[in-house]
Formats: sequence, structure tokens, C-alpha cells
Amino acid sequence: MTNGALYIHIPFCIRKCNYCDFTSFNYNEEKVEEYITLLLKEIDMYAEKVKEYKFKTLFFGGGTPSLIDEKYIYKIMNRLEQKFNLSLDETTIESNPKTLTRGKLLAYKDMGINRISMGVQSLDDSILKDIGRSHGIKDFLDTYELIKNVGFSNINTDIMFNLPNQSIDNMITTLKGIISLDVPHISFYSLKIEENTNFFEKYKSGNLNVSDEDTEREMYHKGIELLEENDIYQYEISNFSKKGFECEHNMYYWKLKPYLGLGLSSHSNMFNKRWGNTSNYNNYKDNILNNKFPILDTEIIDKKTKMSEYIILGLRLNEGISIEGFKKRFNVDIYEAFNGSIDYSLKYGLIDINREKIYLTKKGLDLSNVVFKEFIE
Amino acid sequence: MDIRERRSRVRNFSIIAHIDHGKSTLADRLIQSTGLITEREMQEQVLDNMDLERERGITIKLQTTRLIYKAKDGKEYILNLIDTPGHVDFNYEVSRSLAACEGAILVVDAAQGVEAQTLANVYLALEQNLEILPVINKIDLPSARPEEVKKEVEDVIGLDCSDAPMISAKEGLNIEDVLEDIVKNVPAPKGDNSDPLRALVFDSYYDTYKGVIADVRVMDGHIRKGTEIEMMATGKKFEVTEVGIFSPGMVPIDQLNAGDVGYVSASIKNVKDARVGDTITEAKNKADEALPGYKKVTPMVYCGIYPAEGEDYNNVRDALEKLQVNDAALAFEAETSVALGFGFRCGFLGLLHLEIIQERLEREFDLNIVTTAPSVIYKVAKTNGEFFEIQNPTNMPDPQEIEYMEEPIVEASIMTPTDYVGPVMELCQGRRAEFKNMEYLEETRVVMHYDIPLNEVIYDFFDALKSKTKGYASFDYELKGYKRSELVKLDILINKELVDAFSIIAHEDKAYERGRMITEKLKDVIPRHMFAVPIQASIGNKVIARETIRALRKDVLSKCYGGDISRKKKLLEKQKEGKKRMRQVGSVEVPQDAFLAVLKFEDK
Repeated sequence: MTNGALYIHIPFCIRKCNYCDFTSFNYNEEKVEEYITLLLKEIDMYAEKVKEYKFKTLFFGGGTPSLIDEKYIYKIMNRLEQKFNLSLDETTIESNPKTLTRGKLLAYKDMGINRISMGVQSLDDSILKDIGRSHGIKDFLDTYELIKNVGFSNINTDIMFNLPNQSIDNMITTLKGIISLDVPHISFYSLKIEENTNFFEKYKSGNLNVSDEDTEREMYHKGIELLEENDIYQYEISNFSKKGFECEHNMYYWKLKPYLGLGLSSHSNMFNKRWGNTSNYNNYKDNILNNKFPILDTEIIDKKTKMSEYIILGLRLNEGISIEGFKKRFNVDIYEAFNGSIDYSLKYGLIDINREKIYLTKKGLDLSNVVFKEFIE
Repeated sequence: MDIRERRSRVRNFSIIAHIDHGKSTLADRLIQSTGLITEREMQEQVLDNMDLERERGITIKLQTTRLIYKAKDGKEYILNLIDTPGHVDFNYEVSRSLAACEGAILVVDAAQGVEAQTLANVYLALEQNLEILPVINKIDLPSARPEEVKKEVEDVIGLDCSDAPMISAKEGLNIEDVLEDIVKNVPAPKGDNSDPLRALVFDSYYDTYKGVIADVRVMDGHIRKGTEIEMMATGKKFEVTEVGIFSPGMVPIDQLNAGDVGYVSASIKNVKDARVGDTITEAKNKADEALPGYKKVTPMVYCGIYPAEGEDYNNVRDALEKLQVNDAALAFEAETSVALGFGFRCGFLGLLHLEIIQERLEREFDLNIVTTAPSVIYKVAKTNGEFFEIQNPTNMPDPQEIEYMEEPIVEASIMTPTDYVGPVMELCQGRRAEFKNMEYLEETRVVMHYDIPLNEVIYDFFDALKSKTKGYASFDYELKGYKRSELVKLDILINKELVDAFSIIAHEDKAYERGRMITEKLKDVIPRHMFAVPIQASIGNKVIARETIRALRKDVLSKCYGGDISRKKKLLEKQKEGKKRMRQVGSVEVPQDAFLAVLKFEDK
């Protein structure tokens, strides 16, 4: 049996944030009910296909999975246990601080969820309001207390920087606040203006006050420095944790290991293929009801593509990629396959090679795309 | 009919006008009202024209047509309409067309009145001693002021307008008046069929079936199939395979007589052997003297044309060769640029000609090309006594070897409403123009005369003039001569490497400004690299302007999870593809559009 990771998409939110381009809908009880029914059926449809896989991690992402009633999460977990081989080490649910209650958290704990991920973004109420979050600082602090109280120790907070009207000091204050709460895992990432978001429109018309590139990088560098001073180590471009609290689920993505995504707009990577589900609700529904996989597109991953993906995903991790591991996996010497790309990246100080590993340098973290472009066809 | 009687019924005329005053529309109406072709055929004929001509509203290629008109006196007349190109770049062709005529219809827009090219064309017609018949067009427009415009024509040009037809070519109004006017007032051609042959070539072009066709006006003698002809400028001899008239398509006839307009085909392979302005005579019975006014048209403006993709080199050459077959004024030769690789140095009559060729290469031949900054022809006197011409900045000798240089100067007339005199003066001052004088055409309109270095004209002068005068000014120029000038070669260095394709020759006083503009432009269009890229403008070893493209600081996708991988990989692939299309200058990648970007200068 092969180990795999499992992702479940729950596309409902209280409201859409101004920067968000993920697939999500405003909460509606009937629609949730219907969606869960479809999702359960999709689980059934995959049961036979993935029977050779043992799922080690499970991740409820969204949207805001914590928004819907815990009974639905239970139903999903229950169905998965019946139909799939589960041997879960890590089960995460994404949440909004405003949606968690003691009752809900206790239920999660009962059903085996052992990691809570929270979209916090900032500890500044006016910024939270500007970016369209439904929660305030107090909501977060209260909820965080509750989570600890109920007995969760593996907690992630998402923190964004380079938010509109945000100064470096403001960002530092937020990070210090998070550090003081002893949060073991932090996703610390830069705001990216995506198309089809409120921010995109504002940005285009010149009404979004975001920092220039230099300030943005300074925030990133200062953030990393501050976190590491407090024993929260960077292990991926945007992910930081105390030792032993790295997110196992995401490791499947970065190490190009098999994962299966279920639900609207989820993605999977198995059987030398990567496929993505439709993000159109009606298409999803029609397909499931007709016993068809709701897949929008599939990419066959040949060996060459796989090698280059292995590198560009692996390099996102601070530990980098193992030269020996590469050879073992692909039966090709990485220097032979990517001689020019390695030379170029070394020449500009973007990567370093240490004993058995190739990894991004500090400069390489800022210019990772330059490296990645060298490694793709 | 006896040849003499027939000749007395021939009228050879052109239509001249400022752009957009309705020249082509009137020509179409004349053709239609003499019943030559139907409305439907008319449409088809219009569609046969080059797209480019219709889009720009100008005539590039001439068309000649014979009309049969039964006049009010009851007699039938043969009216030969000889079209003229509508742009200053083609002034020489216009003058040859006019030389083939006895009269010219001067079309003046009843709303716009006299404009720069109206005057320029009148002068050309007067040089040929033509009878000029003013016609006031567009009288149907609400803004028409025909009486005022008539007075303007009388005052400014000195033509009697009391009997001038008042027409609307668009509406077909009073077209008959124009035809009667032609019959009455354009003199019948002179000449004698028994004199030695002299026929003026006023246009020539390549026909797939017949080879080179020369459009001619027979001045003396006659020409028929089998005549052995000699081109008087080149001395080349050919045997005539066909003569004919335009009706409006080519119709073979037995013989062209003195006074006639028609075509001659003689299995000539290249239009260069039947140049516009040349005189055709009979080889065995040569005329003593060629018709006056022949000059070999020579390019005034040069630029480099390079294939955007190196492998298109041969396609560009083939396309240029094809265009040249029909365009004796287009010159080209192979050249090599360090930055752009293999390409061609091309010569044109003017900027419009350049743009037309560029567009035809792109549209008709579907080629992706890179054009370098246009240059004029400079004269260089070296300290060692050598004297020569250069048009490629790369060929400019070291400053210490140069005794002096000369640049071409044009006489420009700018016609503008008085409101814009200030802005026009400002523009001209900025272009090193020398003010000559200013005439009031009427209370609200003036014509300003300037001597302007051609090198200033080719840098967006026309666009700047239009924008400064909200499109009201009109502009015309002709080459005046050469003048000594303090010229320097301005080089552009990218990351300390000279990029020859960006070099220009500029006046000493303008070099600093140009250098600054080019470096600023390049800073905007060249993407950031892994290292800082200095962009310098220099004269010799002296750097006069400098910008630095800072090193790339950030190129990162902060988040990448399961669902993002395909999308983000595509993004990276797209960026990588874009990179491949760039020009490599040393270790710097320069996008193709950088070469275009520096051609356009905004006037501040």
C-alpha cells in the first residue's frame, strides 16, 4: 500500500474576503445539505479506485469548513472511514475565529481532528476590516483560548503581510502578538492581488495602497528573522513552525507524493496524473448525479515533467532536495538532467549545494521563480 | 475620324487636392457619369485597391482611366483622367503625372478651404503650365462656406472662380458642370504623329502576365506593337509587345498617337528599366532630346528592417524583392547588426513610404519585423579630404577624423488657424527650424514657412504638429539642400555594451535630450534582470545620460499548495516563453518592442 494525503473542499463562507479567489459561496443551509450529499457520493465513487492507498493525512479546506454544522464534518469522516483505508496521523480543519464554539471544537476532537488552522491574517482591527474579514482581534483571542482549553495543541494561524496601508511596524506588531500566544505553526505570506477579486479592481484603478517591492521584501525578511529568533523556523517559502509541528499534509504536495482531492475545485495527483475538479457548482452536481467524475481537466505527468516538478516543489522546502533521493526516485543523476539550470542558479547565488542537498539561498527565496523557470521545460 | 480631328477631342487632365478634399470621390463620379462602369463594378473596383490606401485615405498607386463624354455641343470627347498620388513623399510622381496633362482640376473643400497641399499641388501644376480649373466640393456639408472659399482661392492662389463648378461629389451634384468645364477649358494636346517618338513614362508597375507596364503620354510621334523602343535615360532597348488604353481595364489597341495616354508593354523585366520620368523613343528614329524633368528618384530616409525571428531572413528578402519590382523608389541591401543579426538597410522616399512598406511586409507577407530608427542621408567631409554620404549611423567616422558634416534641409510650409501659431512656433523652435516668413491667407489662417532639418521632421514631427494644433494644421515640404551642421553620433550602451541598432545621428544641441529620452524609455521597457543593468547614452566616450534598471528583487509565488501547482506552473511556462522571444544583447534580454519604443518621442 502507498501512503497518500486526502483533501476535502468545503466551499462556504460567511462572506468573501477582498483578496480571495478560491471557490466559495455564501452560507446557505439547503445548499450545504445538498453539497454534502454530493460529496459523500463522490467518496463512494472513488472507493474502488484508491483502495491501494493508505491515507495518512486529511485536510478540510475551503471556504470555511468550520462554518458548517459539525454533523456534516462527522458524516464525511464517517463515510471516509467506511470507504477508504485511513491511518490518519494528522487531520486538519481550516477555520474562521468567529465560527468556532466550544461544542464544535469538542465534536472535532471526538471525531479525531487534531489540528486547527485559523485564518487570522492580522492583529489590527482596521486592517481586518479593510481586507474584508468577518472577525476582529477579540474574536481571535477568545477563540484561540478556547481551542487551547479544549485541548488542541497543533494550531496554525495564517498571517498575511503587505496588506493595504500596512507598515513594517504594523506587521511586526502582529507577528509579536502571535508569537506571544505560543502558536506552534504560522503560514506567513505576502498578499497577492489575484484576478477576479475586489482588490484586483481596486488595484487596477490605483486605489489600493500596497507597499513597493523593496518594503514588501523587507517585511518578509524581518518577519523570518523575528520568527526564527523565537524558535519558529521556516521550513517552506511561506511556512514556519516549532520543531515537530510542520504540516504533514502539505508535505505531500511539496514532495510530490500522492494526494486525492474531493469536492468542488479540488485537485489530485495520483497514478502519474494530475486532475482538477470543476469549480462550477452545477457541473459538479450534474456529474455526480450522473455517476461521473466531476473532473474538468487532467494532465498526464511524464517522467520529465515529474522530475522538474519534483525539483520546483522540493526547492520550496528549506531542506531542499536530496541529490541521492532524486537519483533513487528517477534513476537519473540530477546534474546530468539539469546541468545548465543548476549552473545558472549557482552563478547568481540562488541555490546552494551542501553535502547531499540542493536548496534555495536567502536570495533564492526572493527569486524562487527565476530558479523554477530554469528547471521547467 | 482624321487623326487631327480626333486629337482635338482629347483632354488629358489630373485631379489635384489636399488630402480628404474629395479627389477620389470626384474621380469615381466622373467615371460613373460617363457611363463607363456601373455602380456595382464601381464597388468592385474600389475593393481592388490596396487596403492600406483606403484606410489611410490616400492614393499610393496611380490609376489612369479613359472616359468618353458626349458634351453639350453634341460631340464626343475622350477624357484621359490621370490620377496622382496624394502625398508629399510622392511629389516627383505627382509632377510626372501632371507633365502628362494639359489641365488639372483643383478640388477644394467648401468647408476646409485652401490647405498646404492645395497650394503645393497648384505650384506643381503651374510648373507644368497646366490650365487649372478650380472646383468647390462638398457644398452639401452644413459647414460649407462656398462663397468664402471661392474668394479664398481667388485671393490666395489667384485663380478666377467666377465659373468654378460648385459640386458635391459624394451626392453626385453638378458633376456635369465639371465635365463641361474640362471640355471647354482644358486645351487639346499638341504634337505631330510624324515627328520622332517621344512618350513620357508617368507610371510603371509589374503585371504578372505582361511584365512591366509603362503608363505613357505620347507627346510626339506614335507607337505600336513591334516598335523597337529605347529608354532615353538608360539607353536600354525593348520591342513593344502591346499598346493599349485604360477603359478602365487595359484594352489593347493598334497604335497610340501623339496626344494619347495609354500603356506600353515590352517584356521589360524590372520597373527600374522603365522609370517614371523617362522618355520612350524609337530606337531607329531617335528623338534629339528627351522630355524635360527626368530624375532618378532616390531615397531620402533609411532604416534597418530585421526579421523578428532570425529564420525569416529569406522571407523578408523575398518580400522586399517583390515589393521592389513595383516600386522603383524602394532600395535595400543586406546588412548585419550586432544586436539584431542579419537584416536589410532600406531606403524610402519619406516616412510615409517607410510606413507603407513596413505595413505591407506585415500584412501582405505576414512577417514579424523589427525596424530601427529612421535616418536621413548625411554628407561627411573627412580631414583627409574624403567626402562621402552616410545614412547608417554605424558608418559615421570617429569625430576626430571629421572635418565637417552636412545634413539635408527641407522647405516646409505649415498652414494653420491663427490660434495655433504659438504652439507651431514653439514646436518648430524645438526642432531647430529656421523661420522664413508668415503669410495671412485670410484673417484667421496663416501659412508659415520654415527651413527644417529633415532629421527633425522624421522624428514624429507630423504627429506632434497634429497634436499641437488639434489636427487643424497641414504640412508640406520639399528638399531644399544641404547645410553644414554640428552632428554627433549618439550611442546607446546596455550593460556597457554598445547596441548598434539604437545608434542615431543627432544635432549636438539635441543629443542630450534625445539620449535622456531613449535611456528613460529603455528603462521602462527592458525587464529587470538578476543584476543591475546600466543604460547609457554616449557621444564617443562621454556618457551624457544614464539610467539603471535595478536588479530583480522579487519573483516568487508565495503560496503553492495542491490546487495551485498546475496553474502556477503554466504561469512560469508563459513567462519563460516570453523570455525566449527577446533579443540577447550580451547578457541582457531586450524585448522586441524596445526597438519600436525608441522611435516615438513625445513632445513635452
